[in-house]
Amino acid sequence: MNTFKKLKPFYWPYVKYFFWSIGFLMLVTAITVVYPMILQVTIDDVVLGKKYSWVPYLASGFIVLMAIKGVATYINQYYGDLFGIKTVYRLRNSLYEKLQFLPFRYYDNAKTGDLMSRLTADVEGFRFFLSFGIAELIRLVVLIGISFAVMFYYSISLTLVTLATLPFLAIVVYKFEKAVHPAFRGIRKSFGKLNTKVQENISGINTVKSLSREEFEIGKFNDSNGDYKDKYLSTSSIWAKFFPLMEFIGNLSVVSLLSYGGYLVIHGQLQPGELVAFYSLVWYIIWPIVNLGFVINMFSQAKASGERLLEVLEEEKEISDGEYSLQSEKLRGEVEFNNVTLRYDEDSKDALYNISFKAHQGKVIGLIGSTGSGKTSLTQLLTRFYEPVNGEVFIDGRNVDEYSLHSLRSNIGFVLQESFLFSSTIKANISYGKPDASMEEIIDAAKRAQAHDFIMELPEGYETILGERGMGLSGGQKQRIAIARAICVDPSILILDDATSAVDMETEFKIQKALIEVMKGRTTFIIAHRISSLKHADEILVLENGRIVERGVHAQLVKNQGLYQRIFEIQYKDQSVIVPTQTG
Amino acid sequence: MKRKKVNENVLKRFHYSTDQVIDKPFNWHQMLRLFGYMKPYRKNLLPLSIAMVIITTLVRLAIPILIGVYTLDKAIKQKDMGLLTILVISIGLLYTASYIANIFRIKWMNELGQSVIYDLRKHLFTHVQNLSHRFFDQRSAGSILVRIMNDINSLQELFTNGAINLLMDLVLLVGIIIILFTLSPSLTLAVLVILPIMFFISTSLRKNIRRAWQLVRLKQAKLNSHLNESIQGIRVTQSFTQEKENMAFFDGVNWETYESWRIASQKNAMFRPLVELTNALGTAVLIWFGASLIQDGTLTIGIFVSFAFYLGMFWEPISRLGQVYNQLLMGMASSERIFEFLDEKPLVAEKDDAIHLNELTGHIQFEEVVFSYDDKRTALKGINLEMKSGETVALVGHTGSGKTTIANLVSRFYDATSGTVKIDGIDIKDISLTSLRNQISVVLQDTFIFSGTIMENIRFGRPDATDEEVMSAAEAVGAHSFIENLPNGYLTEVEERGNILSVGERQLLSFARSLLADPRILILDEATASIDTETELKIQQALKTLLKGRTSIIIAHRLSTIRDSDKIFVLDHGQIIEKGNHHELMELQGEYYHLVKAQYQVFSAS
Repeated sequence: MNTFKKLKPFYWPYVKYFFWSIGFLMLVTAITVVYPMILQVTIDDVVLGKKYSWVPYLASGFIVLMAIKGVATYINQYYGDLFGIKTVYRLRNSLYEKLQFLPFRYYDNAKTGDLMSRLTADVEGFRFFLSFGIAELIRLVVLIGISFAVMFYYSISLTLVTLATLPFLAIVVYKFEKAVHPAFRGIRKSFGKLNTKVQENISGINTVKSLSREEFEIGKFNDSNGDYKDKYLSTSSIWAKFFPLMEFIGNLSVVSLLSYGGYLVIHGQLQPGELVAFYSLVWYIIWPIVNLGFVINMFSQAKASGERLLEVLEEEKEISDGEYSLQSEKLRGEVEFNNVTLRYDEDSKDALYNISFKAHQGKVIGLIGSTGSGKTSLTQLLTRFYEPVNGEVFIDGRNVDEYSLHSLRSNIGFVLQESFLFSSTIKANISYGKPDASMEEIIDAAKRAQAHDFIMELPEGYETILGERGMGLSGGQKQRIAIARAICVDPSILILDDATSAVDMETEFKIQKALIEVMKGRTTFIIAHRISSLKHADEILVLENGRIVERGVHAQLVKNQGLYQRIFEIQYKDQSVIVPTQTG
Repeated sequence: MKRKKVNENVLKRFHYSTDQVIDKPFNWHQMLRLFGYMKPYRKNLLPLSIAMVIITTLVRLAIPILIGVYTLDKAIKQKDMGLLTILVISIGLLYTASYIANIFRIKWMNELGQSVIYDLRKHLFTHVQNLSHRFFDQRSAGSILVRIMNDINSLQELFTNGAINLLMDLVLLVGIIIILFTLSPSLTLAVLVILPIMFFISTSLRKNIRRAWQLVRLKQAKLNSHLNESIQGIRVTQSFTQEKENMAFFDGVNWETYESWRIASQKNAMFRPLVELTNALGTAVLIWFGASLIQDGTLTIGIFVSFAFYLGMFWEPISRLGQVYNQLLMGMASSERIFEFLDEKPLVAEKDDAIHLNELTGHIQFEEVVFSYDDKRTALKGINLEMKSGETVALVGHTGSGKTTIANLVSRFYDATSGTVKIDGIDIKDISLTSLRNQISVVLQDTFIFSGTIMENIRFGRPDATDEEVMSAAEAVGAHSFIENLPNGYLTEVEERGNILSVGERQLLSFARSLLADPRILILDEATASIDTETELKIQQALKTLLKGRTSIIIAHRLSTIRDSDKIFVLDHGQIIEKGNHHELMELQGEYYHLVKAQYQVFSAS
């Protein structure tokens, strides 16, 4: 129950819809039971008792009653739905807000698919229970209760004889529920596997075709496809085993009703109409019991869904604005690291250890080192995507945690390794960090990033809508838009994380030429593997296993007998091939 | 609920493509084609299921008469305990028959439905698998996936229950009407006034409701697209501090979803009350008119009771017919999309008398080859070239100059628009596709890693390779050492977007894959992605092993591979503008010379 209590702020504001819904539900249920009673009165009193004058009242009374029931059903259902969907609206907004502010650390371990299923399937599971589950549970209990009362009123002994099958029914329902849910999970799992199989095959179709492995892939697909069919059929055999049995047990009740009830009527201890009414009432008890398992299962699923939602909602933001955060409009871009150590997890090794350096306004810092040496981690401390376990990061002489996140991050332009573009116009993508940017500013940013020309060649120009994940553009084009996006916010500090990784030689040359222009007046961090990209930096930091192993300018490092020189020699080997040609 | 006013601009910051709410006109031809998939089962599962359905339906039809006309009017009225016993026993037997029939009905109907779905999905997948590159170029992976998975699944209900229920409901409906008419024609006519109303509700209102729900689904799809994107792009969003703006956008989408849902639920909530009210109208007529008939002596209590029971049963088949109709309409939409794929013809087709070449030597010739992807732009403008068996040839040029197109024509992913491509002197169109592709291997820039172990991923190159062969291939390309350092060595599980492997390591894996396949012709699209220098060294060494003894075409980016190749073709706008080896071309001081120089000029401008 704790789960429901914790989620109370989301549904409690709309609880009045719930109460109205339940109120009308009671009315609906009560009227439902009236139907067999009217049938009974018609047979016993009107026909057998020859009170034919009652007929008009009975018939019109019935219509009126059913009209009331209709209105009540409408309100019950609509308000029940409203209760659920209003909660969903509120819940989704909160979840989304949470997701916007969760730190990088959270996303490092999160899977998009898992988060998506929380935001869709789990929200839906919870809603279904709110809108339908609780009400259904109440309805079942009330329906069974009233039906029992009416049956007892007609004949106690007949009730007992007729419903002697109930314990058996209960056992069958219980066994069915126990067997069917694991089976359903099996279907879902198998479907998930089949889905992954097909998705992988299509995403990797070029690989499949280039090695001509179509037959092999069809074979693997057939296995998964067959497994799904088998899982489905084994579930349906559970269904085939139990469902007819439940119906049969209900039918047995009807048989005992007819034999004992018929006996009672023949001996004058029961009215024929009462016998007929019993026939309907029996099913008012049997079907709810068959459904009870379903409702209870819905409850436990809603609880599990609620827990998964709470996991997201209660996740700590970790990094947030301090109490007196500085709202600095424009930073100058003086960066200083003072003995900074970073660890991603409590027990993992240091991602950065004892890093100290200074970068003055407008200077260029080059970062080089093998994959996993800490280059990216270092830059992510500037924006407080992560926080160091030791040491301080200063910008303009103040610790970064003194600034508000907004003022800090809006002064730092990031071009990430993988240039992610949104499904939007090129214009909106460039002005993503500054939604109110003027068209001139956008075009200016695009020109500086060498993107303007190819944008103008597109049929819709800046209004071209990029597909999901920016499809339709080449890697180099995406990267240039990402650079324009970073420039558009006019940052004081610019971070280029392997910004030219996905482009061919010629484009790389173009982009790098563009960057020279862009870097003017900004403190810039360049992360690269190619010495050519950073050899003009004011200071180059060579990283290895989270430590700065060498530092200095290109001319010094190249003679330092260290890692830098080794990298240089490997890359220079290529260059030596053309140098003689150039000079000679 | 009160919502804040937000900036209109923010609400338009993302665009997602959505379908329109439309109902397709009913297409009989398409339906017949769809139901053609039931044909293989027309001699076993189909008739068996139908037989079971008919048994259960007949029992349901018989019970009200047995209770009303026989039990009430005969046994009870005449106080005949013997007859009552016989009736009770026969009802019990009927129920037992229905119980057994039900077991097999559920079993066989599901088997039938799942078999059809299995066949259909298999057919579609196999067909798609054999379609040409052009097909995949034009579509996103997601849109193909949706057809194979979701569209086929949405036919599941139709084939498992829908089609057969349709039959059952028709039998039930006609049966009830016939029985009612035999029992009392005048009362039947009076009671049946509700029939048109029910049909109206079941078709017209349902249509209205269906449209409303379709709209809800569209809105939800939009919401989900955005959620997915916002999770994947969260790092960008946080870098640019756009959290609040995105929240405003999301609130807009969320609100639209809420509103569409509210409206759908409002319409939906009207459905049941109207149905029940109609039913109540029938019952009221029954009570009123029935009572007067009993008073006249033209109707017995038993028949009256049977009528009440049948009336209660009436709604169910009509409602379900409406449901099946809905399923059919949705099924039509899905099957239209499925058939669209099935009707795609592979553009690169094999000739009936294609030559099966067991061992290629790898001698490639292009004669006046022209190629155009879309009839508008010409990608290759009359290419003539020759690659001798065992040569390493580098293709150099700007993006869009035609390098990849040449490679694609060699493996016959496309056919030349005009001109001929020959391998070993034979027109490539005369060679059987399998024998051709089995001997050509393409190493792509974006190495695709399938989920599974490293071992399985390398073995993809040749599924019947032994573990030892896999390992020696890995060793030959220098991948062995990093694989051994993984937690479970060759048995480490990897996945498509897993971070276990770096770009360079993936490249080495794909080299191992190709080496295992041991092709006569190797096409290599060199990766440009950033790889640290140590790994790059390894890759260069691995390449030497890989290229040995085969004709290799390299779309080259690294100077080292270009320099070492036997021949270099420099391409520009679909034409070969320079050819020769590295030294010849450097001497020439042409386009090639400028390209190479550009690589090292970076930054020297400042």
